[in-house]
Amino acid sequence: MPNTFLTRTPSNVIFLIVLAVFALGVTVLAEGSGIGFISTSFVKTLGKTLCLALVAVAMDLVWGYTGILSLGHFAFFGLGGYMIGMWLMYARTHGIVVTSMAEAPIPPTESEIVDAIGNQIFGVVGSSEFPLVWAFSDSFAIQLILVVAVPGLLALVFGWLAFRSRVTGVYLSILTQAMTLALALYLFQNDSGLRGNNGLSGLQNLPGLDHVPQAQISIWFFWASAVALALGYLFAAWLVSGKFGSVMRGIRDNEARVRFLGYSVEGYKLFVFTATAMIAGVAGALYYPQAGIINPAEIAPIASIYLAVWVAIGGRGRLYGAAIGAVFVSLVSSWFTGGQAPDLNLGFYTLKWVDWWLIVLGFSFVLVTLFAPKGIGGLVDLWTYRKSPDRHGADLGPDAGALREQEASQ
Amino acid sequence: MKRPLLAALLVLLTTLSAWAQSTPMQDILQEHSDLIVQSSRKTIEPAIRGVAASGLPQAQEVMRAWQTKKMWIRTSDGLFFRADKLDAKTYRLFDFDTGAVVGDSPKSDLKQIKPNSGIRAMIATALVQFQLMDPDPVLRTEALLAIERAPDGKLLEPLRASIDRERDMVLQARKIRIERLLTIAYDQDEPTRIAAINEVSGDLGLDVRATLNPLVTTKLTAFAGDIPDTVNVARVLEPGQDTLSSEAAYGVLVAQGMAPAQVTRDDMRLALLEHSDGTSVAGVPVAQLDADAARSRAYAALVDAGLAQPLVSDADVATSLAAHRFAEIYNEPSAAITTAAQDALDRITTRVAAGQTIDLTLDALSLASIYFLAAIGLAITFGVMGVINMAHGEFIMMGAYTGYVVQQMVPNHTVSILLAVPLAFAVTFVAGVAMERLVIRWLYNRPLETLLATFGISIALQQLAKNIFGTQARPLTAPGWLDGAWVLNDVVSISYIRIAIFVLALIFLGVFLFIMRRTRLGLETRAVTQNRSMAASMGINPERVNMLTFGLGSGIAGIAGVAIGLFAKVTSELGSDYIVQSFMTVVVGGVGNIWGTLAGATMIGFFQKGVEWLNPSNTLAAQTYMIVFIIIFIQFRPRGIIALKGRAAGD
Amino acid sequence: MSRLLEVSGVSVSFDGFKAINNLSFAIGDAEMRAIIGPNGAGKTTFMDIVTGKTRPDEGRVTWGERNISLLGMSEARIAREGVGRKFQKPTVFEDQTVKENLLMALQANRSPFAVMFYRASAQDLTRVDELAEEIGLSDALSRKSGELSHGQKQWLEIGMLLAQEPRLLLVDEPAAGMTPAEREHTTEILVEAAKTRAVVVVEHDMEFVRRLNCRVTVLHEGSVLAEGSLDHVTANQQVIDVYLGR
Repeated sequence: MPNTFLTRTPSNVIFLIVLAVFALGVTVLAEGSGIGFISTSFVKTLGKTLCLALVAVAMDLVWGYTGILSLGHFAFFGLGGYMIGMWLMYARTHGIVVTSMAEAPIPPTESEIVDAIGNQIFGVVGSSEFPLVWAFSDSFAIQLILVVAVPGLLALVFGWLAFRSRVTGVYLSILTQAMTLALALYLFQNDSGLRGNNGLSGLQNLPGLDHVPQAQISIWFFWASAVALALGYLFAAWLVSGKFGSVMRGIRDNEARVRFLGYSVEGYKLFVFTATAMIAGVAGALYYPQAGIINPAEIAPIASIYLAVWVAIGGRGRLYGAAIGAVFVSLVSSWFTGGQAPDLNLGFYTLKWVDWWLIVLGFSFVLVTLFAPKGIGGLVDLWTYRKSPDRHGADLGPDAGALREQEASQ
Repeated sequence: MKRPLLAALLVLLTTLSAWAQSTPMQDILQEHSDLIVQSSRKTIEPAIRGVAASGLPQAQEVMRAWQTKKMWIRTSDGLFFRADKLDAKTYRLFDFDTGAVVGDSPKSDLKQIKPNSGIRAMIATALVQFQLMDPDPVLRTEALLAIERAPDGKLLEPLRASIDRERDMVLQARKIRIERLLTIAYDQDEPTRIAAINEVSGDLGLDVRATLNPLVTTKLTAFAGDIPDTVNVARVLEPGQDTLSSEAAYGVLVAQGMAPAQVTRDDMRLALLEHSDGTSVAGVPVAQLDADAARSRAYAALVDAGLAQPLVSDADVATSLAAHRFAEIYNEPSAAITTAAQDALDRITTRVAAGQTIDLTLDALSLASIYFLAAIGLAITFGVMGVINMAHGEFIMMGAYTGYVVQQMVPNHTVSILLAVPLAFAVTFVAGVAMERLVIRWLYNRPLETLLATFGISIALQQLAKNIFGTQARPLTAPGWLDGAWVLNDVVSISYIRIAIFVLALIFLGVFLFIMRRTRLGLETRAVTQNRSMAASMGINPERVNMLTFGLGSGIAGIAGVAIGLFAKVTSELGSDYIVQSFMTVVVGGVGNIWGTLAGATMIGFFQKGVEWLNPSNTLAAQTYMIVFIIIFIQFRPRGIIALKGRAAGD
Repeated sequence: MSRLLEVSGVSVSFDGFKAINNLSFAIGDAEMRAIIGPNGAGKTTFMDIVTGKTRPDEGRVTWGERNISLLGMSEARIAREGVGRKFQKPTVFEDQTVKENLLMALQANRSPFAVMFYRASAQDLTRVDELAEEIGLSDALSRKSGELSHGQKQWLEIGMLLAQEPRLLLVDEPAAGMTPAEREHTTEILVEAAKTRAVVVVEHDMEFVRRLNCRVTVLHEGSVLAEGSLDHVTANQQVIDVYLGR
């Protein structure tokens, strides 16, 4: 067996196999492609969950491995969504406008069409002019590039400023939170050019594909999300498996020491911060077409904090932990807050989960932090430890532990 | 004329026989009887003037009755009376001259005088001169208010006449002021007006500016050829310069009918549409009309055929503009007055700017004290223990809700606020200590995890508050003596609540300094802050110090909550609205130093108000810029304004 | 012997306290130097200045044949110039294996992109094995360094320093907390290292210093009190007064 980063850490292989089986299973059961056991809306929920898992993996790289508790990665996620949303909205409105104007006694000129699109899109904020940020919205290719370029650039500039001045720890967290808040507040303004608090809507309709049912489109997006997660996971696993991963963990544990080894800590942090922001942008660009709408409330600081919560509950410092945490917490949350969970009758008081779920989540989060800092991923350790009882010393990470598991099974 | 005269004679006879008295008011009314009955706004004026200028004491009474539609004419003899309704058919009549009851009359014999609103306004104006001299000061005040609301040149004379006879000093001062303003606006004599203008220059009152501004309003006007000397020119404009674009100048020409309107794209499209036969327009196929070039060609063909307005070319526009002069013309014809008014306004603007600066400073100070109050608790816990408490905002919220609950039980606002402050402190102190004991002390040296754990508590507390109090905002009402504002003049004012919060912030600063410098707890806290293990080996129990510090920080947050609740709505999100600003305050100020927090709050408060002043319509932008500013500020002072230096600061 | 590092007229103060006062110091290639002095003499601050952690208020720090200034360079840049540092407390990456620790320290391109695509060559692995042999950790290569004993951690850190192949080694109390046998081994490693590079050792233990058998610089209140062989400085009355005691 070749000694690649994949085979050295079986958890990666297992994760990818599980993901593939899951994707195939959903495809077979879904409405649009299989027996119809899973509704289209639930396929979308699952697809969105995979995007959340991807951004959680990115968060794990930046927090779990490099020790930067960024409260801004959901802002990058949202920016990615906005970038793809601009094209979706422009292209689709273009189609609608051309159709409706085709009936006109005099065919419209190009500029009349653009004016009409502007009217359609920006009517809600009392404007009809295309703002500068929409300059490339008619080009799918450029907006696709912007999906990674805009979050990446913001992360690069912000990260350069923050890391350069050696802002670390809670200071940095607060600063990233402030950045997120500033961005959300900016987008809330009508003159930000992105339709203020209305956000971008109708993103689930792909331009030129009106004849394709949503059931079909949902499967496409589900698969795209699954592939993106797989690729993102592979990249993350590859990154942390080598010396780069060593340096990342070194920075997390003692950045001064890494500096005295001759590594430019700021450069590494900046690289990880920017790269993960780009991954988050991709995840957002896949998420929001499935959600159908994006508005500035999605970017609010609370969302980024939830992202940290998912990673913490799933287990920091192990990639599959982050993904499991995101999937588990977001699915359970939507089950409880969606009103599906049965109310709990305590005799004197009926507990409505819609009202009480957040309280349970908040306190369980405290409990996880206090008593199970390894999160759900820690369960895997319990299991591998049982399988390799002769191991001694302090806890090993997921990689080494998983290696022992492989040896034990041979 | 004959019949009323006859009637008058008849009345004269009857009344004379009854009381043997003269009836001057009835005579005046009879003199204008036709006009009064006709009741037309255009012709009524002599009648009103006749009554008003009669100099009779009963004139006021007559006009009031007239104005309130209580004046009736008796059809049988044409006499005017005031009439009160007795029942559906019968009215009781009063004589205007004596005020005495004349007798009851059936409605069929009476006709009501119904002045329309225009006439009523004229009567009201005429009435003001009486009210100005009315013995009742309340009525005089009302009259002045009426003048202020609707200034009128006609009131100038009666107002001037009433000044000397005014005995009330306050009212007299007001009368003089209003007289000055009316003089500026309506006096016929130019030197008098200029003198009045000079007198008020520098006055900050809104009424002064409202009086002066119309004098200097201008209108952009185009003149064919040279500008005549007869108009009062503010400034001459050259089209195509910064202040007047060519398009705007041409627009003026079009509006004044001095040039043909330009053909817009829309006009062109409509013209094409009008002359389209379904397949082609002027020989150009419709299908080709999706390009501007083709449209122009088709339109040109229409123009040639005389079916459409010719286009106005750029050269045409240039020719028209060259043939005209443009100037801003004062509505006020007298140059001396506009100059004086402009000077006076300039002086006022300078003083207003100074006033606004003071006002802005006061605003910024009050905002700074709010941030200081919100951040001080956070600064204590962060500075002393290095613990970020994300639930700090929820402690603020808890304090505000405590105030609300107390107010539900104790209706007296003053008492309830006095009770709420210590209670809020107690509640949040206990909550803080509980949180420290149960959660935070297990997480020392793991600051990021503390941050997340306290965040978990924060979302739980927020949702809990939502479950208990609902999502709608709850009022926390300030005591009556905190209502209103301290008004220095029309520009500078500050509400008492904000003053109270400023004072509260000062008190907190004092209390904090006292605790830190003069008490055992303060000494121990400082010791633990500087060197934890050393302090522990000196017999200080760091656990206890941490617990008390945390409780103190939380308790202060509770009191801040009561203060913030007084001017903001109490909702479960109250805390999260302030938490980021509080963090910013602490970070900008520098950790571990109360003066740093004060400096941070001041800086953020002033900066935010400054940005709001530059762009007053957009408070969201102000917050955005503030945060961007802070991120940049951190570049230059990573440890805040007041930073610990040297090895103690650590890494 | 050419000069490798020259520190001249350096002063630094914290909140009015002069930690280093007009200090001058020089060391050549392949030289061993011990620095001794009472607590608060400025030994650690001296190292902080050389490695770029602390910026001095005045003075010059020049380096190498071309006499470039180390002031204004980042810590990482100075480390890449060839200054290696070992801290008072052993600081290794406890979450990572001994091998990972050594690989990270191994002389190689430190830029993020180069590191990202770095895969250990056979040559690198041999070098790691050699180093492990030298510091006596051959059997522990795949163990997490957090599991090592205190002395082993000290050695691992010295091993990491050697892996960096620095031209100047700054070693802060290497023998603290070691058994006599371990001390002996540490001495050997340091003496061996000093044959090819400059080594500065800060130490309190006079026995240890004696075994190093090198020139000694005595620091006191931020400046040099005496310099010379151990016997020379221990005979110095001032040194006896402020440091050795009667």
